[in-house]
Amino acid sequence: MSTILEIKNLTKKFGKLVAVNDLSFSIEKGNVYGILGPNGSGKSTTLGIVLNVVNKTAGDFAWFGGNTSTHNALKKVGAIIESPNFYPYMTAKQNLELVCKIKGVPVTQVQKALKTVDLLERQNDKFKGFSLGMKQRLAIASALLNDPEILILDEPTNGLDPQGIHQIREIIKKIASEGTTILLASHLLDEVEKVCSHVVILRKGKSLYVGSVDGMNASFGFVTMECADMEALKKVLEADTNFGVIKTEGEKIVAYLTKEIDAASLNKLLFEKGITLSHLVKRKESLEEQFLELTKNTTNPTLN
Amino acid sequence: MLRLLSIEIQKIKLNKAAKVITAVYFLLIIAIALIASIEFNFAQVNFRIADQGFFNFPFIWHFNTYVAGILKLFLAIIIVSMMSNEYSYRTLKQNLIDGMSKKEFITSKFLTVLMFAAISTVFVFLVSLILGFFFSDHTELAVVFRDMEYLLAYFIKLVGFFSFCLFLGIFVKRSAFALGFLVIWQIIEGIIYGVLKWQLFKGTEIAEKIINFFPLESMADLIKEPVTRLGGVQTLANQVGEEFNKDYNVQWYTILIVLIWTTIFIYGSYAILKRRDL
Repeated sequence: MSTILEIKNLTKKFGKLVAVNDLSFSIEKGNVYGILGPNGSGKSTTLGIVLNVVNKTAGDFAWFGGNTSTHNALKKVGAIIESPNFYPYMTAKQNLELVCKIKGVPVTQVQKALKTVDLLERQNDKFKGFSLGMKQRLAIASALLNDPEILILDEPTNGLDPQGIHQIREIIKKIASEGTTILLASHLLDEVEKVCSHVVILRKGKSLYVGSVDGMNASFGFVTMECADMEALKKVLEADTNFGVIKTEGEKIVAYLTKEIDAASLNKLLFEKGITLSHLVKRKESLEEQFLELTKNTTNPTLN
Repeated sequence: MLRLLSIEIQKIKLNKAAKVITAVYFLLIIAIALIASIEFNFAQVNFRIADQGFFNFPFIWHFNTYVAGILKLFLAIIIVSMMSNEYSYRTLKQNLIDGMSKKEFITSKFLTVLMFAAISTVFVFLVSLILGFFFSDHTELAVVFRDMEYLLAYFIKLVGFFSFCLFLGIFVKRSAFALGFLVIWQIIEGIIYGVLKWQLFKGTEIAEKIINFFPLESMADLIKEPVTRLGGVQTLANQVGEEFNKDYNVQWYTILIVLIWTTIFIYGSYAILKRRDL
């Protein structure tokens, strides 16, 4: 697999504030990456650096193996950051034609891109009259003009209404299904969980985890159980090496697994020891729980 | 080059305000012709501007480039706002993300400056040529095309001035503030001149020499005021006991100073853009 972007020990300081701190990760072709982190964790700054608009303080990054200059590499990248930025006095079509000239792609791409985001009918309307959802869709169209090797999206659904969010997510899913590499920065966990195969978790500019979503937590999930004799159950669980931490949460017992074991064999095992469960749920931790576990954020993170 | 210019032309061409101001600018240059119809009485002498030799070849080159030079402020508004708009629409950031380098960005703006200056110079040339053939006493080609260095000076003056505007647009980011800064800078040059002239180097010519190195003053020096050069005006001045003794030619060193300032402004713009986090 070829590497699209490699970031090595990247650091950015704004005065005393360290926005990005010794960050390293790489992006391989064909995967869908999520950059997760609470607001102000350095997501946008990191993207700004690799997109040539923020100067790095230290470290390095290389696009496509480092053989091309950053601005030429960006012609093969599609990126939308924060709010959609276009010339308000131009129509949707004119704005996209301008981007074509900058990226050096034929203007015939415009119609195709407008179709993907369902804006064909509004192409001759001025950008300033667009709703936020339409502006965001136009931004995606603009990012798709060059059939990019990688699509970078920074908070693409920020500030949109539920319908707009749904539209954007459908478009992202469609693009991902066509095999385009995607890098999605977000603080919305379910958004990342739904589309990403890999995650980079940031907090205060440091990466806490880089890898696949599945491999994020080494644990094998946990089971929630309830029965008539809770004391006996607890004793059995504590004696069994299949379980690690055992907690009592209200009426139920939560036990974290140390080995892969399915719910049926677990039930059978306990039944053989004379315990009849009235409640048994086996579950993997959600991305949200894993994220909170990793970031251990004392302040209240924005989670939807 | 052409790619960068066509990007900029699209940005300006589709902007209604920019189009209106440009149209007004060129109409005003045409309106120089109206000066010809001015008539007034001064000390029992009837003055008709057209008869005073303003539009005589080759003097017309001097006169028209000087008058058209005053109008450059109109285009300055476009130059400043084309730069500051990129900040306020945040399209500068987007252009860079889309794959334009910071160098290309500055180059595209500088090309626009050159284009505006070139069009304006050609326009002034044509208007003057037509006016001259209407009003001039001499229309022999040898006379018509004398003193063409005023057109070169006019072109350099516009390039220098617009480069300054471009620099201010990048530096200040807001068009109104940038234009305000331009006015303030003019005042600052005035104050510096005043301090030099009447405090530091009282009674000498040193102040004049130093002030010639300042950006706006050197641009103004390129084409000196032409009115006192006219025969009629000189006779009039002699009658009231005044005498003008001035070198009205375009000086090579003034051109050099303005070109150096232009280089400083363009590289300065690039340096600012390079260092800035957007």
